[in-house]
Amino acid sequence: MTDNVKTAVPKEAHAGKTPWVTITKRDGVGLKRRILIRVAAIFAALVLGSIITPLVTGDNPLSIYGTMVKGAFSEYRIWGTAQSFVMLLGISLAVTPAFKMKFWNIGAEGQVLAGALATAAVMVGLGGKVPDWTVTLVMIAAGIGAGTLWGVIPAVFKAFWKTNETLFTLMLNYVAIQLVEYFLKIADKSGSNTVGPSLLTHGRLPVLFGQQYMLNIIIVTLLTAFIYVYMYYSKHGYEIAVVGESENTARYVGINVKKVIIRTMALSGAICGLMGLLLVGATSYSIDANLAGGNGFTAIMVSWLAKFNPLLMILTAALIVFMSRGAEEVSTKFGLNSSYSDILTGIILFFIIGCEFFINYEVHFNRRRGAKKEEAE
Amino acid sequence: MINGIMDFAARAILQGTPILFGATGEILTEKSGNLNLGIPGIMYVGMISSVIGGFAYQSGGNINPALAIIIPTLSCLLGSLIVSFIYAFLTITLRANQNVTGLAITTFGVGFGNFFGGSLIKITNSSAPYLSLTKLSRIFSGQKIVPDSAPWYQHLLLPLGFLVYVSVVIALVVGFVLKRTRVGLQLRAVGESPATADAAGINVTKYKYLSTCIGGMIAGLGGLFYIMDYSSGIWSNDAFGDRGWLAIALVIFAVWRPSIGIIGSYIFGGLYILYNYISVSMNMIPIMQMLPYIVTIVVLIITSLRKRRETQPPASLGLNYFREER
Repeated sequence: MTDNVKTAVPKEAHAGKTPWVTITKRDGVGLKRRILIRVAAIFAALVLGSIITPLVTGDNPLSIYGTMVKGAFSEYRIWGTAQSFVMLLGISLAVTPAFKMKFWNIGAEGQVLAGALATAAVMVGLGGKVPDWTVTLVMIAAGIGAGTLWGVIPAVFKAFWKTNETLFTLMLNYVAIQLVEYFLKIADKSGSNTVGPSLLTHGRLPVLFGQQYMLNIIIVTLLTAFIYVYMYYSKHGYEIAVVGESENTARYVGINVKKVIIRTMALSGAICGLMGLLLVGATSYSIDANLAGGNGFTAIMVSWLAKFNPLLMILTAALIVFMSRGAEEVSTKFGLNSSYSDILTGIILFFIIGCEFFINYEVHFNRRRGAKKEEAE
Repeated sequence: MINGIMDFAARAILQGTPILFGATGEILTEKSGNLNLGIPGIMYVGMISSVIGGFAYQSGGNINPALAIIIPTLSCLLGSLIVSFIYAFLTITLRANQNVTGLAITTFGVGFGNFFGGSLIKITNSSAPYLSLTKLSRIFSGQKIVPDSAPWYQHLLLPLGFLVYVSVVIALVVGFVLKRTRVGLQLRAVGESPATADAAGINVTKYKYLSTCIGGMIAGLGGLFYIMDYSSGIWSNDAFGDRGWLAIALVIFAVWRPSIGIIGSYIFGGLYILYNYISVSMNMIPIMQMLPYIVTIVVLIITSLRKRRETQPPASLGLNYFREER
């Protein structure tokens, strides 16, 4: 292990003033150790959760985790869990290529909503006026197109004028939310400001095998495979990785950085738009400003926790969804507010975020007193 | 007519004040190079902490005006300090990614607020029918309804609680410290180039911790103002809305200057409620509420096009500093 440690401070130079702790970066930590540290972090978080939860519910920790398992996997809830899982995974896959490029797209929420809004607008606008299959085709194009547009706008400004993409994409979320609110007001003539299944009847995507969520599950499964291949085995994926590591290197080897930024964000936005399309056209047949339900933000954490690896994302997305579905059940059982899941999820995230440090760095404790004694002798 | 304009101005100021607190805190934090996207969560925690403190005090029975202000304020500061310290520890000491950490803080903070907001009465077995601190709120807030016969300046001043003035003073002080003092100069150096600051003997870690924690506490006061003054002490889940994100938008709009933030927050507040005062159809309300974000995007684009040094984000914004990697 000591071979790959770069020492921060030459020990001889500051022998008298050795700090009590030195931190050094390490590379090439073994896979086993990496997994071990992460598992330890999740375990520590669950222990902390099981200390806090009894304080507010009065139940014993083990039975609480039993309730959580029931909440996520019981017969009545398993399909709902699967649906939440594929949606979160899909959006996480969408943001991944951009993140790999170090383009901080925190606008997935808005890109999903843009796709959903375009889908709903087509269903309301064309439904009944043209054959249903035409409606379906137009809404697929519109949903994916709108998501793409929402992703490309900040990318163009980033590529040409270095406009801060984090802040730009963040603002676009709220523009999309207000556009949805506006749509709700104009689309519904009855004045109830909701657009639900009774309005969105034409052009719905097909229900496969008699199971409402099957289409989403199949599409996201294919998407996972596609993104994996795209990121690791395609020229585009390679270019994304190079731009993410160093734009100057990318330019030097002849990669058109502007083109890569815009193309990658177009892909990111398109997948978000697709998720919006599925949410409206295949799942709920309704739209409101809370349709993406914060998944656009959660996806960022899912993707980052998996180190942008689409296969690991299956695990991290499953963990987050299990936590939130499980905590929903806990809060129903004890008559508590359902936001309890956000607290537990937050705690787990803090631990996993924090444990990365122990993977990337090594901490040495220097025995200061011992050192002083040696000097005195 | 003048009374109507003054009423509008007062409402705009009340709308803008929570955003001003949040933006001032975020400016201070960002000047050290930390892009804290946890601000909405921190404001939420500040809000629920003051509610918890106030609720405990109010349940005691007797209310002393001084304690009624001190207890919620201190619990608000403590709550927001703890959450911003978690952010600071994760990003500064453990060098975790700032965006991810910030979003996790927001998830946690909003969940924490909604959970205790929705369950506090059940947890404490209180007999209160719903979570409200109206008695304490009266001490914090200004006069809600001003009679028509009152002179015009009263229409502007009476509705404003003392925290409105506190927010302005804090913004001016932060602006002064950043621009005119040695501490501010060193803080800006940390945000622009931590390696250079480190080489010059500035304690980068200390500056980052202090500005993140103090910034978080200032932002938390926005939550205190919102619950105690703006919403008259009545808690309802998610009522705070997107004000936390508006605060982050305001930082850009104000090009990282707290003094511009004061005016900007009132403009944002005014845009937010303008639909009440001009004749637009109900349908247009969302379009009006979109304006602060659109304006912010326009400012963001213009500043990146003009590339003037004074209006750029701090150069190291969003990046963590590790001495070994210079």
